[in-house]
Amino acid sequence: MKRVYPDKEYCIGCHLCELACITAHSTSQDLIIAYRDERTSSGLSPCKRVFEKGDTCVAISCRHCDEPSCVAACISGGLHKDPETGRTVYDRDKCVGCWSCLMACPYGAIRRHPIENKIVKCDLCEGRAEGPACVQACPNAALKYEER
Amino acid sequence: MKYVIIGNGIASIGAIEGIRKVDAENEILVIGSEDSPAYGRPLISYLLAGKIGPDRLSLRPAEFYKKSNVTLKLGTTVTAIDTKARTVTTDSGESIGYENLLVATGGIPFTPPIPGADGKDVYNFTNLSHAQTLISKAREIKRAVVIGGGLIGLKAGESLFDRGVEVTILELSPRILSLAFDENAASLAGNRLAEVGLDVRCGVSAKEIQRDSAGNIKGVHLTDGDFLQTDVVVIAIGVVPDYGLAKASGIEVDRGIRVDDHMRTSAPDVYAAGDVAQARDLLYGDDRVIPIWTNAYNQGFCAGKNMAGDTVRFLGSLAMNSISFYGLPTISVGTVNPPEDDGSYRISAVLDEKKKSYRKLVFQDDHLVGYVLVGDIDMAGMYTAFVKFQMPIPEESRRQLMAGEPDVLMWPDDFFRETWNPGNHDQDS
Ligand SMILES: Cc1cc2nc3c(=O)[nH]c(=O)nc-3n(C[C@H](O)[C@H](O)[C@H](O)COP(=O)(O)OP(=O)(O)OC[C@H]3O[C@@H](n4cnc5c(N)ncnc54)[C@H](O)[C@@H]3O)c2cc1C
Ligand code: SF4
Ligand code: SF4
Repeated sequence: MKRVYPDKEYCIGCHLCELACITAHSTSQDLIIAYRDERTSSGLSPCKRVFEKGDTCVAISCRHCDEPSCVAACISGGLHKDPETGRTVYDRDKCVGCWSCLMACPYGAIRRHPIENKIVKCDLCEGRAEGPACVQACPNAALKYEER
Repeated sequence: MKYVIIGNGIASIGAIEGIRKVDAENEILVIGSEDSPAYGRPLISYLLAGKIGPDRLSLRPAEFYKKSNVTLKLGTTVTAIDTKARTVTTDSGESIGYENLLVATGGIPFTPPIPGADGKDVYNFTNLSHAQTLISKAREIKRAVVIGGGLIGLKAGESLFDRGVEVTILELSPRILSLAFDENAASLAGNRLAEVGLDVRCGVSAKEIQRDSAGNIKGVHLTDGDFLQTDVVVIAIGVVPDYGLAKASGIEVDRGIRVDDHMRTSAPDVYAAGDVAQARDLLYGDDRVIPIWTNAYNQGFCAGKNMAGDTVRFLGSLAMNSISFYGLPTISVGTVNPPEDDGSYRISAVLDEKKKSYRKLVFQDDHLVGYVLVGDIDMAGMYTAFVKFQMPIPEESRRQLMAGEPDVLMWPDDFFRETWNPGNHDQDS
């Protein structure tokens, strides 16, 4: 399956992927409204996280692992592996906010929603014709969406 | 039948998913005593608390079984395994042949001998029918005593309390969740429960359950001489592996069913997984029963792959717990309370009682082997990575971890590349 691969050799730590992620997952689909309003009113937050250490940076999100630890840990069926697409799929309605997945995912790819008792996780921008927004937004091709 | 699975819990689901990774064809038969589709067992406390409805219990969509070519035989208990003839017998007298068998029968509630415990209004809290009983009971009762301050006891107590019942939880050891917590974590969590109005008493247990002449519960005599009036008693001390069936058929058991690195039992083509199994521990290397969700799934998954002909080793169980106390989240993973006299361990702990936040990291030599987080849990998985992948931690990184700033850029370069950017070696050559 196609995944998003982050390359720390190219990442410049600009955080544009986070902004693109927020916009793609917003109701307004508008960066300014999403960032200024939706972030505070509905707790909209990015599925990506940029790490920086000196001049090395990298932007990570869910790897959609073949054998995901988060699925093994999920007590509600809120996370499961779609055998057809290979994606690790999150079902918001089933999630009870137990944070077992957040504890189990060793890749740090799951966060708590700032307001609701739910998690935030990358869905590879499911349904977005252009593919993952973070990849599209990255100015230095540090994120690649490809089959390996 | 090519694959037969006894038990319909999470280990069973793991096994189905494991088998299907390798073998998409052959039919799988699952036999389960309980008459409902596989449900999130920990969710029974959310159900009892009224936080979710029965419609949210099932772990996988109904199509899952159809798509995975699984036949479910529910409301059916296996009564015997014949490892020579390779058959199992059910309570309806049916005999079913197997090529590969998985015993995933889980655990049964452990009940210590307490005088007066035999009789009505003493309950357990480990399955759906227990939860349903307590839901209807909760409408008519005022008080409950829960015996056991471990995971199940705390959940039972909390959810009865949410139904409007006055609850006292009794824990014999000096703190709640004694295995997963230390004193600091336990007191933060305990204070949160006390704030809400839940009575938790440590260092004390039930000596006798007192009944009137009609057999109705009057109350509980405690080991410290106190007496608590109550309408019901919930015994929630924990579970013990349900290995009776396996033992009777000659399969080797110790504290649980013994399994090797491939989840095989002592009988040919018979595997075991989940709360019933005694499997390798990732950190200690010995075999233990660690009755938690993730282990059950992972063991089932590994067993399933091996049953289908693949050869994969079980990575090992890792003790991990995530439990919230009225909005106060806690996570504990791996070795939390190392032996005090062992100089190879070093502990870093930061407690902020005002913020209700605590972070304890346990290092052994140059590895992180366990941690506890209370309050700020957001980075938990990043600590888990160091424990799980047993990555050596250089001094500089150790300081960063102790400051509460774990990060993927601390990973060894090769491991980082393999994990995050595999198949992209050209630029380095
Ligand atoms: C209230 C509660 C809260 C919990 N919370 C957590 C938590 O937050 N995190 C965590 O990690 N763990 C938690 N656990 C523990 C977790 O639920 C178990 O570790 C897990 O369910 C074990 O799965 P299993 O598949 O091995 O066994 P089970 O889920 O027990 O399934 C075994 C099944 O086998 C069936 N069976 C047994 N014998 C036979 C037979 N002879 N024939 C046919 N069927 C049979 C049983 O009826 C049962 O349905 C909790 C448990 C409880 C009770
Ligand atoms: S959340 Fe973590 S464990 Fe789950 S698929 Fe994504 S990276 Fe893997
Ligand atoms: S927080 Fe939600 S998705 Fe994560 S393990 Fe718990 S129920 Fe599953």
